Amino acid sequence: MDLTFASITDIADAVKSKKVSAKEVAEHFQKRIASLDGKLNSFTSKNEQAIKEAENLDARISKGEEVGLLAGVPFGIKEMFCTKGLATTAGSKILENFIPPYDATVVARLKKAGIVVMGKLNQDEFAMGSSNETSFYGAVKNPWNLDCVPGGSSGGSAAAQAARLVAGTLGTDTGGSIRQPASFCGIVGVKPTYGRVSRYGIIAYASSLDQAGPMVSNVKDAALTMEVMSGFDEFDGTTTKKPVPAWSKNLKADVKGMKIGLMKEYMSGGLHPDVQKTVENSVDSLKKMGAEIVEVSVPMTEYAVPVYYLIAASEASSNLARYDGVKYGYRADFKNLSAVDLEEFYGKTRGEGFGKEVKRRIMLGTYCLSSGYYDAYYNKAGQVRRLIMNQYLEAFKKCDVILSPVTTAPAFKVHERISDPLTMYLNDIFTTSTNLAGLPGMSVPFGMSQDGLPIGIQLTASHFEEQKMLDVGYALESASSVKGAKPHVI
Amino acid sequence: MSYRGFEPVIGIEIHVQLSTKTKIFSADATTFDAADNENTSPISVGMPGSLPVVNRKAIEYSIKTGLALGCEIRRKSVFARKNYFYPDSPKGYQISQYDQPICEKGQIVFKVDGVEKVIGITRAHMEEDAGKSNHLGDYTLINYNRAGIPLLEIVSEPDIRTPAEAAEYGRTIHQIVRYLDVCDGNLEEGSLRCDCNVSVRKVGAAQFGTKVELKNINSFRFVEKAIEYEIERQIDAIERGEKIIQETRLWDPDKNRTFSMRTKEDAQDYRYFPDPDLLPVIVSDELVEKIRKDLPELPIARAKRFQTEHGLPESDALVLTTEKPLADFYEATAQESKNYKSSANWIMTELLRELNTTNKKIKDSPIRPEQLGKMIALIDKGTISGKIAKTVFQEMWQSGKEPETIIKEKGLVQVSDPAAIEKIVDEVLAANAQNVEDHKSGKKKNLLGFFVGAVMKASKGQANPDLVNKILLEKLK
Repeated sequence: MDLTFASITDIADAVKSKKVSAKEVAEHFQKRIASLDGKLNSFTSKNEQAIKEAENLDARISKGEEVGLLAGVPFGIKEMFCTKGLATTAGSKILENFIPPYDATVVARLKKAGIVVMGKLNQDEFAMGSSNETSFYGAVKNPWNLDCVPGGSSGGSAAAQAARLVAGTLGTDTGGSIRQPASFCGIVGVKPTYGRVSRYGIIAYASSLDQAGPMVSNVKDAALTMEVMSGFDEFDGTTTKKPVPAWSKNLKADVKGMKIGLMKEYMSGGLHPDVQKTVENSVDSLKKMGAEIVEVSVPMTEYAVPVYYLIAASEASSNLARYDGVKYGYRADFKNLSAVDLEEFYGKTRGEGFGKEVKRRIMLGTYCLSSGYYDAYYNKAGQVRRLIMNQYLEAFKKCDVILSPVTTAPAFKVHERISDPLTMYLNDIFTTSTNLAGLPGMSVPFGMSQDGLPIGIQLTASHFEEQKMLDVGYALESASSVKGAKPHVI
Repeated sequence: MSYRGFEPVIGIEIHVQLSTKTKIFSADATTFDAADNENTSPISVGMPGSLPVVNRKAIEYSIKTGLALGCEIRRKSVFARKNYFYPDSPKGYQISQYDQPICEKGQIVFKVDGVEKVIGITRAHMEEDAGKSNHLGDYTLINYNRAGIPLLEIVSEPDIRTPAEAAEYGRTIHQIVRYLDVCDGNLEEGSLRCDCNVSVRKVGAAQFGTKVELKNINSFRFVEKAIEYEIERQIDAIERGEKIIQETRLWDPDKNRTFSMRTKEDAQDYRYFPDPDLLPVIVSDELVEKIRKDLPELPIARAKRFQTEHGLPESDALVLTTEKPLADFYEATAQESKNYKSSANWIMTELLRELNTTNKKIKDSPIRPEQLGKMIALIDKGTISGKIAKTVFQEMWQSGKEPETIIKEKGLVQVSDPAAIEKIVDEVLAANAQNVEDHKSGKKKNLLGFFVGAVMKASKGQANPDLVNKILLEKLK
């Protein structure tokens, strides 16, 4: 069995039927991490207990105990997720030494299903970034071209998965942080409907937008992982009580009669020719498979990026207030602490603990929420957000799934945009409105640029209609010309 | 009431600690006597990724209180974040309610010096308490046990005009929340804390003066004293031609004065916004009606009923309704005894005295109301005298036995047989021949009391005093 390219289902089946032991699987991927991650920097820390945990699982299997759907599948977990006993930093210096005494609900569910956590994955600091360059733990490289960024903020997840350092990874998506790096690295990334997946134990960036999802190698693995992650959690009041469908079992590549919406606003102008070509090819493929193509319009998406940055920064400014050096995490070094007043204590600790981009967003958000500006910024952004959602719901009366590019262009070069925040922010132009509307979205690899960089297709469905989206993704995957292409680093 | 031509304007914010078993957004216990930081979890200390989930009981208690204060209950209220940095605020913000509080527009009525006073309630909103900083010399320790304890902040209109009214307003709210059983009312433990906004203006002026906030006062006596001091301080300042500074002041009970804590210049912008972790609180009409139906009779209504239906004087009715368990005790006693006034008297004198001297609460009384009621009925039936009843009462207090048992065991039944009493009277008169002579000749005036006492003593207190009197009067003619 070729473990490197095996699917999640294949590994779990092989481990359960004792064709391979969980320990062998863990050791295989541990070696890959050791030999390849030096080039990528996708891991921030490794789980020293991984092999032991795999052995424990093998022992349970040999005793005939019931093990879960993901038995023995090696996973990498983004730094946003709290993992019991494993450092959880959010890519920030301010949480450098933070070891949570609890697992995020989704991590706990995946562990219960049998995954082996191989380590924690690099990301932009507090998920604020689109290139993984804002991480305190250094930039991550794109396995298809080490001069390029893997995207962000879940850059470590995308890179590790693309290089097959693990069989599955978890990411979080606040404005595109799963879909954009998935597209840049040629993997499948899904952001479920807001409320589908518990946020408990996931470090908050922007609470009303954050949602966790799988970043894996194929659509079926994504569907299966989502099944395990999703569903009501009594520790998160914003999770839905809707039952979780058997997405992976229901998955079908049949799009006959389905209506695929092309969003007018996302199809015109400014697209990199290779992205343009990939989108056109995907539309042609779906047409050939019997889907009906319709044009839809969500005019208010014009404002999605500013609305997103106002809301996300505002919520972040409050969410990140708890990192103050009092209870846990980084505390600035003071020679005589008792002589330091509180303001200085906070100022120095937070000034040293947070990176530039995080500070920029805290300041932006603090300003938006300030008395006298609240109505013009935060409140107005909330109103536009509702309009965006309403227009999406109108659009979904005409189609089942909306197809669009994920980004205007393939992965850019390291350092190319980091000093130009506005250009960097515009990178999120096609992805943020999905979060603002709370919709499920995904990226499926479908093309390759002339320079050999992967290009994904973004699919969006109406609330809780993940199945339709996954089906279209599955169909595209089956028709994809880039299936089986391997990144440079492998 | 006028102070040197000035009129005080007072509004009060009371933080009521709701007596839920768990915190408002986590399953941590709320016990007061827990060890430092024992009642905490990742949620209440604001660990990364932790989320609040609202405690349904806290919502119900808030609605209950709102209804008792005559408030409108918002069918949709919203939790908001109040952002500020302080070490005992673990998340860097407090979850509170801002522009959409659960309760609005109520009022309460109470009497001050016999005059009825109506005070408007602006709003009552739910929020979480902060932790407690213990400053120990050059370092500070923080105890987060209190962080996340549910509070209901009740905000009055600026309708209060005197320190006495302010104190009575506080007492009335205290009494109501205890009646509702939504707060243990323990002032020493901080279960109810008052912030008072005080300003003064020339009598007849339409505009309010600059207000000063007196924070965290935990006794109603101190509320009265602090406001009294503050009024005089403000008038002195104005008369000296000074401007009142908008500031927060604290009450120093040792020095009997207020002192400045911070001025409004350091006032913070709390950047309130709806908490995205919590969905709006939606309350159904059914829930509100159910809670309304289950509301207990409130002290003022109950006192009125004791006056109109039981014929008690206002003073008795007020004493008996100070707290619900006492009023319940009285009603249970009266139901058994069928004698309202006598039940009231026994409770207000004998029972309350015993409770006070032994420092017991009414719920810990060794005498049950049914027992006291039975005893009173036995007096009314003539089975025992009022005097013997005191002995029975003492015995019930000590042993908790039924009054009939005590009377039987101790042979305390009242002797109402005229022949038996006559026999004792004769013996007493015979033994005191000289006194009989003096009484009859008028040499010594009115020895009747002496003879009654002697007969009662000879009967070990068991003779029916009415009969003793009657027989003595006849014999001494």
